[in-house]
Amino acid sequence: MGAVLEGKGKEMSTPLNILFWIVVVPGTIVLGLVASWIARKVSALVQWRVGPPLLQPLYDVMKLMGKEILVPQEAQRTVFMMAPLVGLAGVLLLSIMLWRITVAQTAFVGDIIVAIYLMVLPSLALILGSSASASPHAAVGTSREMKLVMGYELPLVLAFIVVVIKTGGRLNLAAIAQHTTVLSISGMLAFLVALLCVQAKLGFVPFDIAESETEVASGIIIEYSGALLAGWKLMQTTMLVALPLFLVMVFLGGFGTTGWALAAGIGKYVLVLVLIILIKNTNPRVRIDQAMKFFWVYCGIALVVAIILAAIGSSCGINWL
Amino acid sequence: MSWQIEALKKSVWVFHVNTGACNNCDIEIVNLLTPKFDVERFGIKLVGSPRHADALLVTGAVTAQAAPRLREVYRQTPKPCVVFCIGACACGTGIFETGYHIVGPVDKIIKEIDPDAIIAYVPGCPPKPEAMISGIVKALSAI
Repeated sequence: MGAVLEGKGKEMSTPLNILFWIVVVPGTIVLGLVASWIARKVSALVQWRVGPPLLQPLYDVMKLMGKEILVPQEAQRTVFMMAPLVGLAGVLLLSIMLWRITVAQTAFVGDIIVAIYLMVLPSLALILGSSASASPHAAVGTSREMKLVMGYELPLVLAFIVVVIKTGGRLNLAAIAQHTTVLSISGMLAFLVALLCVQAKLGFVPFDIAESETEVASGIIIEYSGALLAGWKLMQTTMLVALPLFLVMVFLGGFGTTGWALAAGIGKYVLVLVLIILIKNTNPRVRIDQAMKFFWVYCGIALVVAIILAAIGSSCGINWL
Repeated sequence: MSWQIEALKKSVWVFHVNTGACNNCDIEIVNLLTPKFDVERFGIKLVGSPRHADALLVTGAVTAQAAPRLREVYRQTPKPCVVFCIGACACGTGIFETGYHIVGPVDKIIKEIDPDAIIAYVPGCPPKPEAMISGIVKALSAI
């Protein structure tokens, strides 16, 4: 994976390597289903309900696989059918990259930029699929999703710039994961903004504007049914693994593979996941103009301050700034 | 076909269709989602689009205006799916039987376009949430 290795990549033995490639995709999907169960269960507990059983996400996907697929008459068939696969492939590729960096430290220069591109892929697939479905509700959802993507991409990239400055200009996830950037003022600001951007990427409340069930009846995915809908659901559940994992690697000092480091890594992941779920459960949905203003004006200002602090900190050698 | 039905029983996503009900049954349906009854325990979830639904919860004696819409919603629902007639009006038009604007009941309208449709009845004015849960359980164990 990548010719420009940065020295420290430790070689895995061949059987271990083969095992990794066999396990990684199904493992990620299973982890995603468990993560989505945690999301639903914690939401239920917050609302004093009992919540669904552990296997519920699996039943949902199995049932959708067995249902009829309806394609609208005026839809652009190829794009309509391909979009869920493209989105799912993008998220799986991102998570394979993250696992590979965690397990074998096979990182290459600039992989954080590749990760940022891969994270846009699900939103792009959603936009393509919904605009191919020839439904007015989906069109409203598409326009909202496009605005939302433009809204959160800018602060997200700015937040990663803070991290890159803090870690001394390294564009390499394995090197970035050695630092716990969040333990500084600028890192904390960047982490909070990135958390909200991830909230919007996952399509969770308060930024579920494109999928709002009450106004546009599930907007972007309104025309999808059967196995194609299962594709979207799997994409969303897999994003619940990949995006918090990415945040953990960039801001919270990454995962270890042995003993306490592994336990700490799992703890950090669950912490980020539960934070996201709690934000989801304690906020009402915002309008699209409010979301744009929030991301560009408030998050933008916070991140400009964070970048200035990080630049001062790294030039004067003050780590906590 | 069997694993599909088994999975369907564990995860029923419902879409709510009002075909001219007085809103009483609708309130009782919303009651099902509250923490007191919490039907998400059984995998039952309210969805916003008939394309995602496995069951249609139909309330109201079907009016002349609502009948074509009900047929369209039934056509848009991917099969296999179950139709639940919730309340006395949906089951047999109730006190509106002789009304000039009534073309129902629900099963007649659905059977016009699909004679093999799976239809379950939960009578009552309105039916209690417990009755609806019991109706759903009975219908699912029958298929």
